[in-house]
Amino acid sequence: MKIKGAAAIVKCLLEQNATTVFGYPGGQIIDLFDELYREPKITSVLTSHEQGAAHAAEGYAKATGKVGVVIATSGPGATNLVTGIADAYLDSVPLVAITGNVPVPLLGRDSFQEVDIAGITMPVTKHNFIVKNAQDLPDVIRRAFSLAKSGRQGPVLVDVPKDVQQAMIEYEQKPSDPPSAPTEPKDITAAVNLINAAKRPVIYAGGGCIASDASEQLTQFAERIKAPVALSVMGLSALPKTSKYYAGMIGMHGHASVARLIGQSDLVIAAGARFSDRVAGDRTKFCKHAKILHIDIDAAEIDKNVTTDAHICGDVKQTLELLNARVEQKADETMLQLNAELKREYPLPDCKGKLSPRTVIRYVSAHARDAIVATDVGQHQMWVAQEYSFPAPRTFLTSGGLGTMGFGLGAAIGGAVGTGKRAVLFTGDGSFHMNMNELATATRLNLPITVFVFDNRTLGMVRQWQTLFYGGRYSSTNLDGNKTDFVKIAEAFGAKGYILDDDKDVAKIVDTALSENGVTVVDCKIDRDEFVLPMIPPGKTMNDIITSLDEPKKENRQ
Amino acid sequence: MNGSTEKSHIISALVSNESGVLTRISGLFARRCYNIDSLAVCATEDEKLSRMTIVVRGDDSVLKQIVLQLGKLPDCKLTGELNANKSVLRELLLIKINAAADKRAEIETVARTYEAKIVDLSPDSIVMELTGKPGKIDGFIEVLKSYGIIELSRTGLTALERGGGKLNS
Repeated sequence: MKIKGAAAIVKCLLEQNATTVFGYPGGQIIDLFDELYREPKITSVLTSHEQGAAHAAEGYAKATGKVGVVIATSGPGATNLVTGIADAYLDSVPLVAITGNVPVPLLGRDSFQEVDIAGITMPVTKHNFIVKNAQDLPDVIRRAFSLAKSGRQGPVLVDVPKDVQQAMIEYEQKPSDPPSAPTEPKDITAAVNLINAAKRPVIYAGGGCIASDASEQLTQFAERIKAPVALSVMGLSALPKTSKYYAGMIGMHGHASVARLIGQSDLVIAAGARFSDRVAGDRTKFCKHAKILHIDIDAAEIDKNVTTDAHICGDVKQTLELLNARVEQKADETMLQLNAELKREYPLPDCKGKLSPRTVIRYVSAHARDAIVATDVGQHQMWVAQEYSFPAPRTFLTSGGLGTMGFGLGAAIGGAVGTGKRAVLFTGDGSFHMNMNELATATRLNLPITVFVFDNRTLGMVRQWQTLFYGGRYSSTNLDGNKTDFVKIAEAFGAKGYILDDDKDVAKIVDTALSENGVTVVDCKIDRDEFVLPMIPPGKTMNDIITSLDEPKKENRQ
Repeated sequence: MNGSTEKSHIISALVSNESGVLTRISGLFARRCYNIDSLAVCATEDEKLSRMTIVVRGDDSVLKQIVLQLGKLPDCKLTGELNANKSVLRELLLIKINAAADKRAEIETVARTYEAKIVDLSPDSIVMELTGKPGKIDGFIEVLKSYGIIELSRTGLTALERGGGKLNS
C-alpha cells in the first residue's frame, strides 16, 4: 500500500499503541499533524511550548510505563525539546521525539528554521536518526520505539525532513516488537554468597525498581534477607512508607536515619541505582566499611562511580526473582530494629514559619491518596521527597538526574492525561515562573490538576547554599521585586486560585482545591529561610551531615 | 587520575558504515573525558561496517568504561581491546624534509636503514613514506629532525590480532 511518509509515521504510532502524543506544530511538521488530524485513534495534546510537551511526554511515560511521544517542528521547535530529552536521558525515561526538518535538498544550507537537531541531541539520546530516504521511515520509527523501551530505557529522536513526510512510500503493517527479553542475569553465585554471609545488609533501591516494576520482588527480597530499604529520589514510590522495610531516602537530603543506617551496614545492595554524586557525595569514601553488591541493567553502570565487590547485570525484577529463590531466609532482624530505632531517634526537622511546607505536604499526602504527584526542582522537591507517602509505584514524577526547574507542570499534565487521575504539582515560585504557561494547556483540557506553589520570594535552594557556603551573599536569588499574583495568574488562565499562609487554614484550603474538577493553584506563602535539612554537603560523606542550622559548615564547595 | 596505572590501550571497534558514526564515537570520548591518542577509521571486508582503531590512555577501570560505553551505541557492533603483544600494529608516515643537494646521499642512507620509500623529490625537499610500528615511526622522525622537517602526516595506529580469530567482545 502506498501512502504518504507522514501517514506511515501515524500508522507506525498505532502499531506501537501510542495513542497519545504531545506536541506543537510548525512549518516543517504540518504534514504529520495533518495526518494526526485524520486519525481519531490518536489524541494529540497541544501544549504552550515544546519544552512543556517534552516534559508532558515524560510524565506520561513515567506514570503509565508506556513510551512517551513528543512531536515538534524544525529549528526552535526542535531545540526547545532538548531540555526534556536530556531530562529523559538522565532519568532513563522511554521517549520518542519526532521532529520535522527542512526538505532534504535544503539540509546543510542554513535554511530557515533549519538546525542539526540530530547533532545537538547526540549526547542526550540513546540513539537518533535523520531519515533521508523516505522508504526507511516506517522501520526507523519502529526501531526508535524498540530502542527507547529496551534495556536501560531512554529517549530516541527521529528527524524527518518535510519532503520525506510528503513522499509516497510503500507501507505494510507490522506487529510491534514484543518487549525485548530482559537481559538474562548471568552468574549470581557470588552475589548469593555475599548476601548469605552478610549480617547487616541494607538495600539501596533506585529508579530501576520502578522502571522494571519490581516493587513486589523488592519487598519479598527485603523480607527474605531482613534488610531495610533506602530509596534514591528516583526510587521513591517503589516501596510504601508504611512498609516495615521502608527506611527512607538516601543522599544529599535523605533522612539522617538512613545515613546512619547505611553507616552500620556490612553489605549495601544497590538495586537499579547508580551511586550518583547526590547519593555517594564522595564516591571514593562511600560505605568503605561495607561490601557493595550492584544490580543494574546497564553494564556500564557497574564500577562506574563506586567499585563493587560483586555485581549482577540484568533486569532488576528478574534478578530479584532469581535471588529470592536462591538466597537463604534470614531470621536476624537486627537491621530492621535498628532502622525503627534510628527513625524514632532522627525524625525530620520541623519548619519554623507560620505556614510550614511540610504541613501542607503531609496534609496533601493524607488527603489526595490516589493522585499522581509531580514536582519541579528545588527545596519544595526535597521536602516532598522526604515527606510524601507515595501510594504506589509510578505516582511520583520528578526530575532526578537533570534537576530541571520547569519540569513539573508539563509532567503533571502528562501524568493526568495518561492515567485519568488527579495530579498534584508541588512547585516553587522560582520553578513555576519557568513554565507556568502550561496552565493554558491544563485548563483547556480541564485536567484535574492542583498546583501548590511554595512561594518564598526567593530561589530557595540556591539561597540555602548561599547561606551555608557563600557567606550569605544572596546574589540573584531575591525575588522580592516580583509583582506576580499567583491567584490572578490562575484566574487569567481560567483556573481557580487560593492563598494559603497559615498552618491552621491548611485543611480548609487544600480540601477546597482538591475537590475542584479543574485546575487549581494554591499560593502557599512560606518563610524564605526554611531550610531543607538534613543535608550532606556536596562532595562529602554521611559523617558531615548537617541536621540543624546551629552547626553551619561555611566552606566554598560546589 | 591514577597516574601510576595509566597506560596506552588499543581498542578495535566494528561500527556501522553510516554518516555520523565518527561524531557519535568521538563525541562519547570527548564528553566522558577519555583521552584519545589516535583514531583511525577504515573500510572492512563487509561494506556495512567500518573498523575503528582507537588508542586511548587510562587505567584499567577507564578502559573498561570506554568499552562498555561504546557497547551502548547501537552503531557500535563489536568492541574489544587488542593485546599489543599478540597483534600486528602498523602506522603509515608521510614526511617532507629539507634536502639540499649535499645532504641527499645521507638522507637516502637513513631511508634505506629504516626501509622507507622516497616518494617525491623537489630541488630542495624529499617526501618519504614509512610503514611500521609506532615506535619505529617515532625513531625515524627523531633521526630526520636534524635535516629540518617541513611537514608530516601520520595515519594513526591500525591493528589486527595475530592468528585466525576475529574481533569478538
